[in-house]
Amino acid sequence: MERVAVIGVGQTRYERGKRETFSELVFEVATKALEDAGIDITKIDNIVSISSDFWDGRTISSMAIQDAAGAYGKDITTVEGDGTFGVLYGMMRILSGSFGVTLVVSHHKGTESSMNGITNTSFDPLVERKLGLDAVSSSALQARRYMSKYGILEEQSALVSVKNHGNAKRNPLAMLPMDITVEDVMNSRMLATPLKKLDCSPVTDGACAMVLAAEREAKKLTTLAKRVWLKGVGHCTDAYRLGDRDLADTRALKKAANKAYEMAGVGPADIDLVEVYDAFSYMELMWLEGLGFCDDGMAAEHMERGLFDFDGKMPVNASGGRLSANPVQVAGLAEMAECVLQLRGEAGDRQVERAGIALAHGINGMCGQAHCVWVLGK
Amino acid sequence: MTDWKDEVEEIVFEGKIAVPYTWTVGSTLSKWYGELRDNAKIWGNRCPSCGRVFVPPKIKCNECYKDLSDWVMLPGTGTVETYTVVHYEEPKLHPRKAPFVYGVVKMDGADTGLVHLIDEVEPEKVKVGMRVEAVLAEEREGAIMDIKYFRPIA
Repeated sequence: MERVAVIGVGQTRYERGKRETFSELVFEVATKALEDAGIDITKIDNIVSISSDFWDGRTISSMAIQDAAGAYGKDITTVEGDGTFGVLYGMMRILSGSFGVTLVVSHHKGTESSMNGITNTSFDPLVERKLGLDAVSSSALQARRYMSKYGILEEQSALVSVKNHGNAKRNPLAMLPMDITVEDVMNSRMLATPLKKLDCSPVTDGACAMVLAAEREAKKLTTLAKRVWLKGVGHCTDAYRLGDRDLADTRALKKAANKAYEMAGVGPADIDLVEVYDAFSYMELMWLEGLGFCDDGMAAEHMERGLFDFDGKMPVNASGGRLSANPVQVAGLAEMAECVLQLRGEAGDRQVERAGIALAHGINGMCGQAHCVWVLGK
Repeated sequence: MTDWKDEVEEIVFEGKIAVPYTWTVGSTLSKWYGELRDNAKIWGNRCPSCGRVFVPPKIKCNECYKDLSDWVMLPGTGTVETYTVVHYEEPKLHPRKAPFVYGVVKMDGADTGLVHLIDEVEPEKVKVGMRVEAVLAEEREGAIMDIKYFRPIA
């Protein structure tokens, strides 16, 4: 199989209440990604956008940003979900042989609508939606299930928030750089037990773009320094209904991770840094276990010992993570962009030493119904 | 780089999307809600291959992709697998004012959990593993709120 490289990335700052339109955000990041790749828009013949119609307040939202994405007179196709799945689609279209250099672009403005109202509509209107569940309350059910199954304390989960907000101080794009303590997390406003405000990611606006190219074109268009290879990918989905799953079980993630490791020919021990989808503090612990970095129920102990700190053995969410900026559909793409910058050695103050292989992880659906895992390397 | 907002007075539109919908409940859940409404019974359905019982019932088994044609009447009792006490207000979404409790109830006789409200108990007294029973509404319309909530079994 031909290899596919990331040859350019572009991101906005992640903020609350951006005053630019979706199109302006897409223009900004598409332009930055093309500049980063050192190419112009004429080289692109395939555009994958990632957005949510409900969040955009507009049906077939990708059609409204086609000009901004440089898709005028070309083909644009859309993934409604996390950015990691958009990259997957982009890579598949390249590997099909039908498309060449590809722009993957995602935008999200959470602050223009109601997070709880929109995540409520992800639930089945025939059953759970009427109960009023949303991302926070359903995740609280998962948090309790996970924490009670493995005896994880709220204070241990809070460490994730302390670490990631601290990491965000080294990332100029992050929204919530903060020096906080476990006590601050514990004393923050209770939303839905056991989740406090500082256990939850913020409502965020932003956009991210990435340029992908098959090996032959990547080598023609860019220098070695810019190229980062998509070495492995895996994806897997669990049951839709929360009650049909054991919410503490990460079997879909385990499958996705194993596929990605197998394709890349690496194992968890080979990974130098991880960007994991920490929409809520407990999720980072759960997903690290599902990704195979430790046994089930053991991530909190490793977190306490500093294994996942910026200067630890395997830095997790050096960017500050989703807890420091969560532009939902953009989030996984931003994780991958972060991995690219780290692998190129362009991550500035947050540069992880000896970054050779990175892992990015995105989720779709409530409580991590679906997972997409990427292994990236130079 | 100059910020355009320093030179242009920004304009923001307020709006709202309200679109009417109808949702067809379909063969399986219509039967389930009909039984709940007319006979005050909670049913599940069983996979003929793996034997797992689903509630709410499904058309096909997640694991085996077999039709779940074998219906099983459940006693309406179960065990709290997980719960959350909701402390924030969402008047347009939430069925009641905070604080209130959501739980996933592992139903006796079934292999899946049912997400619902837990009530008739102080929120702080709800525990994982607590035994609960369904309380049905007196006036039932064939919908999920025909189960008013689950309450602890005294």
